[in-house]
Amino acid sequence: MNHWDLIIKPHSKWYHLKLGEIIRYKDLLFLFVKRDFVSVYKQTILGPIWFFIQPIITAITFTIIFGNLANISTDGLPQILFYLCGITLWGYFSDTLTKTADTFTANANIFGKVYFPRMIVPLSVVVSNLIKLGVQLFLFLAVWVYFLIKEDSIHPNWTLALVPFLILLMGFLGLSFGIIISSLTTKYRDLKFLVTFGVQLLMYASPIVYPLSIVPDKYKWIILANPVTSIIETFKYAFLGVGVFNWMYLLYSFAFTLVLFFVGLIIFHRVEKSFMDTV
Amino acid sequence: MSKIVLKAHNISKQYRLGQLGTGTVSHDLNRWWYKLRGKEDPYLKVGDTNDRSKMGGSDYVWSLKDINFEVEQGEVLGIIGKNGAGKSTLLKILSQVTTPTTGEVKIKGRVASLLEVGTGFHPELTGRENIYLNGAILGMTKIEIKRKLDEIVEFSGVAKYIDTPVKRYSSGMMVRLGFAVAAHLEPEILIVDEVLAVGDQEFQDKCIGKMKDVSSQGRTVLFVSHNMGAVQNLCNTCMYLKNGQIEGRGTTKSIIESYLNENRNVQLTGIIPPDFYRLYTNGEAFFRKILITDLEGNVIDRLAFNQSFKVVVELEAMQDLKNVMININIGTTLGQPILYAVEKDNSSYVGRNISKGSHTVEAVFNVRLLPGKYSFTLGVNYLANGNTIDWVENVYFISVDKIGYNKNEVYPWDDVHGFVEPDSKWSFK
Repeated sequence: MNHWDLIIKPHSKWYHLKLGEIIRYKDLLFLFVKRDFVSVYKQTILGPIWFFIQPIITAITFTIIFGNLANISTDGLPQILFYLCGITLWGYFSDTLTKTADTFTANANIFGKVYFPRMIVPLSVVVSNLIKLGVQLFLFLAVWVYFLIKEDSIHPNWTLALVPFLILLMGFLGLSFGIIISSLTTKYRDLKFLVTFGVQLLMYASPIVYPLSIVPDKYKWIILANPVTSIIETFKYAFLGVGVFNWMYLLYSFAFTLVLFFVGLIIFHRVEKSFMDTV
Repeated sequence: MSKIVLKAHNISKQYRLGQLGTGTVSHDLNRWWYKLRGKEDPYLKVGDTNDRSKMGGSDYVWSLKDINFEVEQGEVLGIIGKNGAGKSTLLKILSQVTTPTTGEVKIKGRVASLLEVGTGFHPELTGRENIYLNGAILGMTKIEIKRKLDEIVEFSGVAKYIDTPVKRYSSGMMVRLGFAVAAHLEPEILIVDEVLAVGDQEFQDKCIGKMKDVSSQGRTVLFVSHNMGAVQNLCNTCMYLKNGQIEGRGTTKSIIESYLNENRNVQLTGIIPPDFYRLYTNGEAFFRKILITDLEGNVIDRLAFNQSFKVVVELEAMQDLKNVMININIGTTLGQPILYAVEKDNSSYVGRNISKGSHTVEAVFNVRLLPGKYSFTLGVNYLANGNTIDWVENVYFISVDKIGYNKNEVYPWDDVHGFVEPDSKWSFK
């Protein structure tokens, strides 16, 4: 008689994250993923080919500008492979971040009418982008295999086993930044303008268009403070055999992501209950 | 004793008025500072009750204040009230779209809320894909939807277009599809907002029918509407919200009556206040006063059976009006219209021209109203296109007694059948 299934209260404890609910709504998560894919490419001519065009064009542009015009070193690696390697993983991070960053503002319409665990939406973005990354990895692997046969400067090694972990870390890092920003933008819209701009800046603070090895020691700590750095460097090291691989750096990125993710979860959870009144 | 499935305890909701701007950060900091010192939130103390017509002194307003109620299993509860009385806020809290500022709600069983039909429909996806998506948003699992898919498609009546993107649907088809999904939810508690306001009569009847099914299966329904007919048809109990507080809770009939009776002031003085709730008005003219008098001009609020009476109305035109007509409607206390009287001399009547300013309109009624209570609704509109200028519903009430106006015309029976006695001529062969 005294059992209640649901209690609606003004505030719940910060650690009460209702993660069990997310599992109950897992079907919704995958339907959102499906919606994202079907709707984006439904009225395009090239359809999913766009998945390939983006990284290819970016890699070519980087090759021309940073490789040939600016003459930035690629640690003796084929330029196109070097850039493509960084771009592929970076794209996953930046897409996840920017897309999750407008979770609340873009979905205000649905959120205002129906209750479901709001976390489903950013999680579905992570999954969508993971699929996209999977497709783009094929492209990268094709180019990689080509150069692997043609040139002997490439030395893949055992750290390839770390790749799934790196991808997971990158996804969660993007998600954590994204949900924190989306939570804060419900009240302070200024942040919205910072996102695209900030992500771009962050890219130049990550070893995408240059190897970590050419960064002068004086500034190295700045680049290393960026949690993306060691993930990208390890990724490059695994496939190409060139780059900085250091357990300490990687541990730092892992710890950073973990802390950021929990902070994000808590902030997100606080905001999801009240944002309808401020949005 | 029936089982209580929903219990609202002291729920209140505070909103901040005006724009969120420069004050936001300072209020946030202030709040945090109070909290740090273990004190109460300073902004929770201020705030006025939710009365739109008056300007409050503070930036905060209580949209709901100390709401307490319980709902039993199988109850179909209608929630009525004027716009802005807090109905939608209450539904949003119960649907977990927003949280109460204070208090708590306890619920037993699965809740599905229908604040809108077709939430989350994506225009590029087909009808079938949207059924899955919308169903999942409303809390169904994929397996559940799959099992009911055929039923949903059939109920929606858009089977032929089920594999067409919904952007090609008419708005009516979209609503049908949306409701079809919602109708096949199987929650223990169903919360429905004015979804019936959309769609044609047939569709509305279908919705009401479906909700009746739900309640007959012993499930609980909370239904918000302005449509008193629908509320009466569907609900066995009612709750009346006014200015964010519960004004009444009881049987549907008594609550609707008290809701419609609410403007007691009008009844006493005949003055219709400027903030009187108007369903429609375009601001070009306002009814200011209504009185019922006998033919000698004495104000009355009871009529003897078979007594003629006069309705005296004061209308203030804010500008010159051309070709308008004034109408007086008599209805039941539940708002059901019975008679509709229009000023019209002959078939070539083109309406009345009214100059700016106040005017008094008098209409003499010779109608044999049967004993009971009746409400008056006033309207003024353009004759040509029927566009409403002002419309005040159920603004005045009058009782008809069984005592006849002429001594030999006393209403003879205990039961009253119908509302009006027609002038009928009989013959028997």
